[in-house]
Amino acid sequence: MASQANIQELEKIASQVRRDIVRMVHEVQSGHPGGSLGCTDFFVALYFHILKHNPEFNMNGEGEDLFFLSNGHISPVWYSTLARSGYFEPKELATFRKINSRLQGHPTPEEELPGIRIASGSLGQGLSVSIGAAQTKTLNGDKSLIYTLMGDGELQEGQIWEAAMYAAHHKIDNLIATVDCNGQQIDGSIEQVMDLKDLKAKWQAFGWEVIESNGNEMSEIIKSMEHAKSLTRKGKPVINLMKTDMGHGVDFMKGTHKWHGIAPNDEQLADALSQLEETLGDY
Amino acid sequence: MANTKFTYTEKKDTRSGFGDGLLEAAKQNDKIVGLCADLTGSLKMGDFQKAFPDRFYQTGIAEANMMGIAAGMTIGGKIPYTGTFANFSTGRVYDQIRQSIAYSEKNVKICASHAGLTLGEDGATHQILEDIGMMRMLPHMTVINPCDYNQTKAATMAIADHHGPVYLRFGRPSVPIFTDPNQKFEIGKAITMIEGTDVTIFATGHLVWEAIEAEAILREKGISVELINIHTIKPIDEAAILKSVAKTKCVVTAEEHQRNGGLGDAVAQVLSQNQPAPQEYVAVNDQFGESGKPAELMVKYGLDANNIVKAVEKVIKRK
Repeated sequence: MASQANIQELEKIASQVRRDIVRMVHEVQSGHPGGSLGCTDFFVALYFHILKHNPEFNMNGEGEDLFFLSNGHISPVWYSTLARSGYFEPKELATFRKINSRLQGHPTPEEELPGIRIASGSLGQGLSVSIGAAQTKTLNGDKSLIYTLMGDGELQEGQIWEAAMYAAHHKIDNLIATVDCNGQQIDGSIEQVMDLKDLKAKWQAFGWEVIESNGNEMSEIIKSMEHAKSLTRKGKPVINLMKTDMGHGVDFMKGTHKWHGIAPNDEQLADALSQLEETLGDY
Repeated sequence: MANTKFTYTEKKDTRSGFGDGLLEAAKQNDKIVGLCADLTGSLKMGDFQKAFPDRFYQTGIAEANMMGIAAGMTIGGKIPYTGTFANFSTGRVYDQIRQSIAYSEKNVKICASHAGLTLGEDGATHQILEDIGMMRMLPHMTVINPCDYNQTKAATMAIADHHGPVYLRFGRPSVPIFTDPNQKFEIGKAITMIEGTDVTIFATGHLVWEAIEAEAILREKGISVELINIHTIKPIDEAAILKSVAKTKCVVTAEEHQRNGGLGDAVAQVLSQNQPAPQEYVAVNDQFGESGKPAELMVKYGLDANNIVKAVEKVIKRK
């Protein structure tokens, strides 16, 4: 378990990552701040506490826990987290979405950005990739784990359910998948656009071990991920349905699909930054 | 009419060349794993599955997932061979291949059987004729279409040693075996089957045998044909194409594929940029196929030896 001091440390990092996100998106007037802010606490918990990983990046990641982001549009939170955990210099965040950058709009290994092992952006593919990586870990006798994050709207893609079926059938039990359940997608609330109904029952019916958690409370994220880890190696894939608020940390962005894919203007940036303490130094 | 250089005593399907090649390759390289979407028998992957049950993954009828799983398996060093029909190996999963395999530069071998019209009676839903075009448009992708059992087996083994995504296309019916069983398969290296001076036929896949038969007919008519087997459509062997056409000055391309986007277009691209020459296409002319026996379909859609002969006679007049 993380101590109270650890939790406070992680929260400080999360505040800086949120500043990075809004500054990156503002700079190019493009990108996806809503989901990025909502998942910041999860990313910070993952990279600064949960994952056994090495910022000296190696594609095969033998002996390391690996993370795959399926909903690649929340790249700002991943890029900031990777930079802040030592994969590359934070100053490179200033190149996000600009020409000749390794920080593409959606993540890709083609530009050889440390930390990225697969392209994502076209939705629905990351769970399959993660399962494949998990099976290679097993074949290689590598005891580390695979983690992945999907969006809840993304679950409307059929491939997710192909992968869900496969993982249970093949007893993929070295994988922890998380769904960012923020209830929003581009065109509105998930309930309005294409209701996912009872997600817990769906995943259970597909043969997964399901946990539910709060993704905007650092201590709860760590508790739930440690619980998820304790459920691995028991013959079933594990999924964490993680409730978050889109835009968490910036009051005017919170809880609405409107900030899914638009950037703040100068005034809005100043307002957002006034709500987020600069803890590690802006890039 | 018999050809003097190439004869055959046995016919076999190219998909069996894949199955046997996969088994051999897997014996030599323990990084190889196999995935199949409920077509193990059709893809001839049964021997591999039996020999290496822990390295075989049944995905069920879920090809999109299969491509993603294969991409993920490369992370940690495995070399996945996916097996399903060519239709379900390409069009059905284009976006998965594009993002998770090609753009991500993953070392996945997409092995595609039952390509083209010679799938026969199942009809147009399964007779994909656009796959070469789709795959050769993808950056990082290598596209291979071998001509017989021996060459398919050799190609299946060779692609294990090539790092990067590969599309390996083969077919359903039994066709003559006429290449060397001990051949060394070199990706990207065209093979001059017959030397000649009046016309170059560039053929791929099942059409190489049709071109051999056409050459015999043309030789009787006094036409000297150079026949080149383009088993690798991407990267295409530009040097071999240019060298031959510098001599013959005209070209026929022959493929079991749409004329849009396939071998013919790949050859035309090389020629138009370097040394333009008259070219005739033996290919399906912007149509879907239909049910029928493979040989009947090849005649009806203009892909048999006689149609190659006609194309040669036409193109020589255009010189």
